[in-house]
Amino acid sequence: MSENTKLHPNAPERAAVQEKEYTILNLGPTHPATHGIFQNILKMDGEIIVESEPTIGYIHRAFEKLAERRPYYQITPITDRLNYCSSPINNMGWHMTVEKLIGVELPKRVEYMRVIIMELARIADHIVCNAVIGVDSGALTGFVYLFQEREKIYEIYEEICGARLTTNIGRIGGFERNFNQAAWDKIDKFLKEFPGVLKEFENLLVRNRIFMDRTIGAGPISVEEALAYSFTGPNLRAAGLDYDVRVMTPYSSYEDFEFAIPIGTNGDTYDRFMLRQQEMWESLSIIRQAIEKLDKLSDKTTFHADVPEFYLPPKEDVYNTMEGLIWHFKIVMGETDIPKGEVYHAVEGANGELGFYLVSDGGRNPYRLHFRRPCFIYYQAYADMIRGNMLSDAILTLSSLNVIAGELDA
Amino acid sequence: MATLESQTIIDALEQQFPGKVVAVDHPYDFLTITIAHGSIKDVIRYLYNEPSFSFRFLTSCCGMHYPDAPQKFGMVYHLHSFTTNFRIRLKAFTNEDPPVFPTLTDIYKGANWMEREAYDFFGFRFTGHPDLRRILNMDSLEGWPLRKEFPLEDPFRKDKDDAMFGR
Repeated sequence: MSENTKLHPNAPERAAVQEKEYTILNLGPTHPATHGIFQNILKMDGEIIVESEPTIGYIHRAFEKLAERRPYYQITPITDRLNYCSSPINNMGWHMTVEKLIGVELPKRVEYMRVIIMELARIADHIVCNAVIGVDSGALTGFVYLFQEREKIYEIYEEICGARLTTNIGRIGGFERNFNQAAWDKIDKFLKEFPGVLKEFENLLVRNRIFMDRTIGAGPISVEEALAYSFTGPNLRAAGLDYDVRVMTPYSSYEDFEFAIPIGTNGDTYDRFMLRQQEMWESLSIIRQAIEKLDKLSDKTTFHADVPEFYLPPKEDVYNTMEGLIWHFKIVMGETDIPKGEVYHAVEGANGELGFYLVSDGGRNPYRLHFRRPCFIYYQAYADMIRGNMLSDAILTLSSLNVIAGELDA
Repeated sequence: MATLESQTIIDALEQQFPGKVVAVDHPYDFLTITIAHGSIKDVIRYLYNEPSFSFRFLTSCCGMHYPDAPQKFGMVYHLHSFTTNFRIRLKAFTNEDPPVFPTLTDIYKGANWMEREAYDFFGFRFTGHPDLRRILNMDSLEGWPLRKEFPLEDPFRKDKDDAMFGR
């Protein structure tokens, strides 16, 4: 065919046909595959992503501003709504921040109980993430199977605090009540049944050829890049750096426990998946150790520190005793003295270092509260991670990063 | 793991940047150093590059607003050195409005969105930032929400009296 021959009289000039054309594709804001409200405007060359422009803030609720007008104990429900897949970790992190500010030492029993709850929450969060990676790669079976176990963790929360998703669990100074027998039974049952289910889930995916082909090499990040982008948690460890707040700056007696920190090598979707899988096994071992340690303690009844100035008294005391009523009134009306100062406290959230930077001017509310939200910080690398990948890899990368909209937008 | 003493850092900074270390404090065992506004980036770059410190991890950075203080606006940086497992908090204050700070995006890539957040909520400008736009709030929002004078509730509402709620 000569240079000037046209296939059809109306066809455009040949030069114009050869010029490259990109497609602009809107992924989100609401799209079933993104599991949350994120918008990415993708510039596509066929199936390959050339550029992407993320927009966030769709569910921004101004938590930092709200926190400046709320007394300390009313900020706990706000923290629920950060990473709502593992609310108890956020709650405990907040309690510990305030306890650090007011200088409360917790009894060992309370700290071990907190460890149990936090590790259950980590398992619940990792279940969501890993099961959803399966769904996004086309394997729905594992999701349905594993989500039943998440339900059982929620039932344990329910026994302890009455809520399931946004738990508001615990109080500043301890727990609101002791774990009842039903809760212990459910934890025991979960510890017995979950390993089998998790093993079966691994059998479904870990050496599954299709799953491996889909995830290995999808959305990789090098350890240097991950560090430069301030990655933390499973995503940083999957890239190959063993930073874990539980070990580097132990809180809530994590130094008493023996556990391994799994790390990956490639920082791709498969590594992130495998790492969360390993972390679930480690969390199970931590919970078993905590129960053993609790059995060894002679104390079986303490569930909070003895700090009447900060720990809200039980309602029976408020209605029936003078002291209870006075403390309740003082705490609710902000009459107790809170020290001036600034604290930074970090916990290892399911997604990484969840930090609370609290500045107190001695008043009833924080003067300033800044949440270090791991999702917000590592999601900015997403555009870099998916550049040059296929669209279907971008979906897998998003779910394996475990970006939770609540934490991203605060 | 090498250990690091607070005094080593303070001495090194005072030697490297004479007169730029404004205040040193240890609230709750957390080394907090206030640096003169113009030198904050040099200090962070020094702490990043100096091999015995290597503060290679930016934990967070956020804005502050003290309307009654002589220096109203501040940036608070939390840095972490993984080789020594040492955390440090750096502060820099200024009184100009809009406040201008140097960007850290060329040292820590992750500072990009954190600084956009500080711009979005406090109106801080970051010189050299590649993409300084609002990030969580809508583009048409007027004012800077986390400044103390910004009302929490809709100021035009007449049906709620904040005085009744201790605000």
